[in-house]
Amino acid sequence: MLKQISQLHSLRGWIATLSLLGIAIVVIPSLNIFLPQESFFHVPDYIVSLFGKYLCYAMVALAVDLIWGYTGILSLGHGVFFSIGGYAMGMYLMRSIGKEGVYKSDLPDFMVFLDWKELPWYWYGFDNFSFTLLVILILPGLFAFIFGFFAFRSRIKGVYFAIITQAMTFALMLLFFRNNTGFGGNNGLTDFKRILGYSLHEPSTKMGLYVITATLLFLSYVLCRYVVKSKLGRVLTAIRDAESRVMFSGYNTLHYKLFVWTLSACLCGIAGALYVPQVGIINPSEMQPSNSIEMAIWVAVGGRASLGGAFLGAGVVNGAKSWFTVAAPDYWLYFLGSLFIVVTLYFPKGLIGIFTRFSPAEKTKEISR
Amino acid sequence: MKCPLPGAPITSGHMFKNKRLHLLFFLSLLCFSFGAFSPSSPALAGELENSITDLGNKSRTEIKKATRALGTLGNVAALPALEALRDGQLRVDESGRVVILGTTNTQAQDAITGDTLSVEDLSLRKPRINNSVRRVLALAIAKLKLNAGDADIRLAAAEELLNRSSDSVLDLVRHALTKEKDSRVVEKLTLVLAKAQLQGDDLEERLQAIETIRNFGDSSFRPDLEGLLQSETAAVKAAAIKAITSIDQRQFFINQIANLFYGLSLGSILLLAALGLAITFGLMGVINMAHGEMLMIGAYSTFVVQNLFKEYLPGLFDYYLVAAIPTAFLVSAIVGIILERSVIRHLYGRPLETLLATWGISLVLIQSVRLIFGAQNVELANPSYLSGGVAVFHGVVLPYSRIAVIFFVIFVVISVWTLLQKTSLGLQVRSVTQNRGMASCMGIATRKVDMWTFGLGSGVAGLGGLALSQVGNVGPELGQMYIVDSFMVVVLGGVGKIAGTVAGALGIGVTSKFLEPVAGAVLGKIIVLVLIIIVIQKRPQGLFALKGRVADN
Repeated sequence: MLKQISQLHSLRGWIATLSLLGIAIVVIPSLNIFLPQESFFHVPDYIVSLFGKYLCYAMVALAVDLIWGYTGILSLGHGVFFSIGGYAMGMYLMRSIGKEGVYKSDLPDFMVFLDWKELPWYWYGFDNFSFTLLVILILPGLFAFIFGFFAFRSRIKGVYFAIITQAMTFALMLLFFRNNTGFGGNNGLTDFKRILGYSLHEPSTKMGLYVITATLLFLSYVLCRYVVKSKLGRVLTAIRDAESRVMFSGYNTLHYKLFVWTLSACLCGIAGALYVPQVGIINPSEMQPSNSIEMAIWVAVGGRASLGGAFLGAGVVNGAKSWFTVAAPDYWLYFLGSLFIVVTLYFPKGLIGIFTRFSPAEKTKEISR
Repeated sequence: MKCPLPGAPITSGHMFKNKRLHLLFFLSLLCFSFGAFSPSSPALAGELENSITDLGNKSRTEIKKATRALGTLGNVAALPALEALRDGQLRVDESGRVVILGTTNTQAQDAITGDTLSVEDLSLRKPRINNSVRRVLALAIAKLKLNAGDADIRLAAAEELLNRSSDSVLDLVRHALTKEKDSRVVEKLTLVLAKAQLQGDDLEERLQAIETIRNFGDSSFRPDLEGLLQSETAAVKAAAIKAITSIDQRQFFINQIANLFYGLSLGSILLLAALGLAITFGLMGVINMAHGEMLMIGAYSTFVVQNLFKEYLPGLFDYYLVAAIPTAFLVSAIVGIILERSVIRHLYGRPLETLLATWGISLVLIQSVRLIFGAQNVELANPSYLSGGVAVFHGVVLPYSRIAVIFFVIFVVISVWTLLQKTSLGLQVRSVTQNRGMASCMGIATRKVDMWTFGLGSGVAGLGGLALSQVGNVGPELGQMYIVDSFMVVVLGGVGKIAGTVAGALGIGVTSKFLEPVAGAVLGKIIVLVLIIIVIQKRPQGLFALKGRVADN
């Protein structure tokens, strides 16, 4: 097993990956904790939470890359899985507020506001953290499995599949916007106080969440790398390039697609669950079709069929977003729109393609095709 | 204003700018009114004058009494004074003479003689009225209007009486009925009579009244009939129950008709939005995410045309829509062609990338419109011939704008169909849709066909925007609201056939409108989406797939 994992990268690759991990979970926290605030190298708290957010996005980008970059299935509905994970975590956080809400009631504030007398059945169990973890791990995957089963079975693919997933996220967004659905309606879930007894307002808790996110991101990266390097991964790439031929060769593509689709949804759900305590809110706007499309553009910008590209894309696009929305909010949509156009027109391999274009190994590959 | 003809509407006192007009008017009323009592009888004429003078009384009770008297008198001559009192234009001078103020407030007319007076010479007092007086006034005015020459005014008066039914009108209504010739007014008056008789003592009359109401079948009478359920008389009770059931059934039927209409209306708008999308998708296999923004551009073109008309041709304002039709089409078509030439052409054979690139385009277009026109919705006025609506049943008004949109859509669909079936461009489009490679081998310039088709599809979307501007809000996010729905239409209907798009659009429109009252708007939408996914299970290529041996991709 260990040997298999060690073969996922060349030695240079492992050094690069592990040093990135080192920077994320050792260097940045040390710079934050041990350096005095006035030091030039000090990393302020808000940067740490910003990085935590980006790492969650990077995990989403991994998931989207797995399904789109490697298997060629464009999903415009990954925001749903992200939100399911996020809402599950949000429900736990709501329950752990206890009676410290505005209305001093055992029920979450919005339920008191709506004059509900008791907890709806689907809120049961969310007082318990391990139950919540179970839901986060299972529910997005289960939902994706059912949806994917029906979609892939009738061989919906290409743009049809993209549109259907977009309709799915749109429908769920409408559903969650309703107050009666029981998830806080328009405002979603917010005003969290603590997680597992640690106050969410403490810098140390935020740092802890950040480190956990970075570690889980690393683990998911290894998992994805393992999947795409395995024989399974080769079949997935083959499905992307010529699905009919794969079927004629005797593979049941339904199983492969369903597996990778479900795995991708699970990763997305975990990312959502990590995102919510760091950002402090989850609401239905996360399920806006535009959000899911943005997830696809992270991967497109970074480079499809490259896990490193997914990281890069998520970081670059979201970094640009953070900068633009402060510096020039009117022009952010122009930038994002042009990014969509320019990347698809001129950089089909994304940013990572610019780097690899000059590497000798890639050049020979190019020729041999 | 020319000399008021006998049929001219009687509105309020300020119409009479000078004495001659007033006299002419008065004469015409005398000649043509259906007045039951002739003012030539001196005794009654005296009563009329006394009552009008009493309208200026300081006591509200006296005013009410005088108003009732005037109503019973039924003389149209009192109408200007009553309406002036209602509109606050009635004044009393020190001698107790009642006058009606003109529009300019510098002149007044004597309410009885009609002489023109100058306001400056008089010290005037305004009679004080309250809601209780206003109620009595409205009833009296309605009674008087029943004698008016214009059938429309009589109809409005009958409507007024229906809402303010009281026993005091019975004789009057009966009397009016004997003379009435206009069938609409007769119907209304019969109802007024029936409603009043419901509470009467005569059993035969009551049953007759219930029967009349049942035949008319309007739900606004339901409370009156429910009141009868407490009645001791078994026959009345049974008749009332029967009438209520009948009314409920009728109401259900009417609701279904209304649902059908609104469903067709929604479907026709979806059809315009999806038609262009289906054509380009069928032809090039690309989904144009910026298609919704073509709707928006069409709507904003209409807005600009409207403003230009407002500015430069206010006299022809009502015709701005006619001018907007080619404008919306051309502007959207040109934007579409630019898109095709500059972006989509380069992405041929990469449908998923096209999807993302066109999404980027849509973001740029939305933000541009936001920066140019502002993020708020803009105001578009319906031309006068599209405002209002036709009442098919009592309480169900079908707006003219929506009816016009349905006809407009039929016109557009027929034009597009003709274009695709009967012209050489259409032939080329169809051949490229069926087999691009073969069409190319036969010498068809497929890239040119792509361009023109994209222009056509975008132009049709622009027309959709124009139609939308007449029935909905126009804002930068207009396209976003319809894009998911129009994709659904294409997915459901299949590509390459107009019939598929028509069926998909109308199917989705009507289904959602029928689900909405049962499940609510949001759940209705979700149910529709689930239904579409189920249909796709059975027919992955949509309801109307192109036949042929087309391999996948």
